[in-house]
Amino acid sequence: MDWIELIQLFIGFLIANILGYGGGPASIPLIYNEVVEKYAWSTPTEFSNVIALGNALPGPISTKIAAYIGYDVAGIVGSIIALIATIVPSIIALIVMLKLLQKYRESKVVKGISLLVQPVIAMLMVVLTWQLADNSIGDIGWLQTFIIALVALWAMHKKKIHPAFVVLAAFVYGGFVLPYF
Amino acid sequence: MKTGVLGFGGGPSVVPLIRHEAVKAYGWLSDDEFGEIFVLANTLPGPIATKMAGYLGYRLQGIRGAVIAVVAHILPSSLAMIALISAVGYFSSSLVVQGMISAVVPVVAVMLGAMAYEFAEKAVKGLGIYFGVVFFVLALLLLQVINVHPAIVIMLFIGYGTMHFTFVDRWKAHKAQKEGQ
Repeated sequence: MDWIELIQLFIGFLIANILGYGGGPASIPLIYNEVVEKYAWSTPTEFSNVIALGNALPGPISTKIAAYIGYDVAGIVGSIIALIATIVPSIIALIVMLKLLQKYRESKVVKGISLLVQPVIAMLMVVLTWQLADNSIGDIGWLQTFIIALVALWAMHKKKIHPAFVVLAAFVYGGFVLPYF
Repeated sequence: MKTGVLGFGGGPSVVPLIRHEAVKAYGWLSDDEFGEIFVLANTLPGPIATKMAGYLGYRLQGIRGAVIAVVAHILPSSLAMIALISAVGYFSSSLVVQGMISAVVPVVAVMLGAMAYEFAEKAVKGLGIYFGVVFFVLALLLLQVINVHPAIVIMLFIGYGTMHFTFVDRWKAHKAQKEGQ
């Protein structure tokens, strides 16, 4: 077993999650930064598949990402390590600080912190969106990328179709139509 | 208790489900208490749903309860995730599966783009449009042009966040004073 890899897993997921204010989705770009860019455990395409399937399955998204990436890097133990790094610190913080937080909830310092993190998260998301789009254009061309993205946008936001079905539809399209282009 | 917690699950909108189980089905705590804990959990980083599960478990059964609640909450979806992606990976040499994997990337780009929009919306709501745009540009510059690590950018913004409302108050007071003259 590679201890260094396990420690890297722990630190990577710890950093991504203690900075991800605003719930699981907020930490996605931070996890991407650690997993794809810093440690190169997966490629942008692999990572977006993890997100797609993660969004299609029930349950919180960031723990599913942690479970899979951890497993991919170092098996079951890696999976457990990545999960612990993702959830334990924030739960302990909530239990320990609940009383303290209750006192300072109205404080402007606490409000300012959770507010000022939002623009950074938003920009990280924009950057990640762009990277994936760029990656996809290199892979299947801009026309296919554009068409799939447009249909997905229409289905999820105009028609309010559950992401799981959109992902499924993309799989079907990709499996049976794309190979012939 | 364990079965109740096992009933959890269901995407990013999992919090209302937890509320239903904890408040209505099991009567572990009142609606107000639940709201309070949710707001506090939101001010801490990391995934929301696991924080809620961990805290509720802790409240009812101590450390043991916290561990059971969290494991019940994440284990099924984590296992499903690993199984599903491993299955996809196993067939990844086939042209059909490669097409499937490629076609999902634009869909994920759309999902992340939508999340970016949500976070940006929250930021603009909290900061006002002028401040919001200034911070977006600042964050983007630091992240993309100067290539500062996201962790450092978030730290900087948090640092300023602790003082943000003090500045706003002072600025407002200053303006009011001027108008009074």
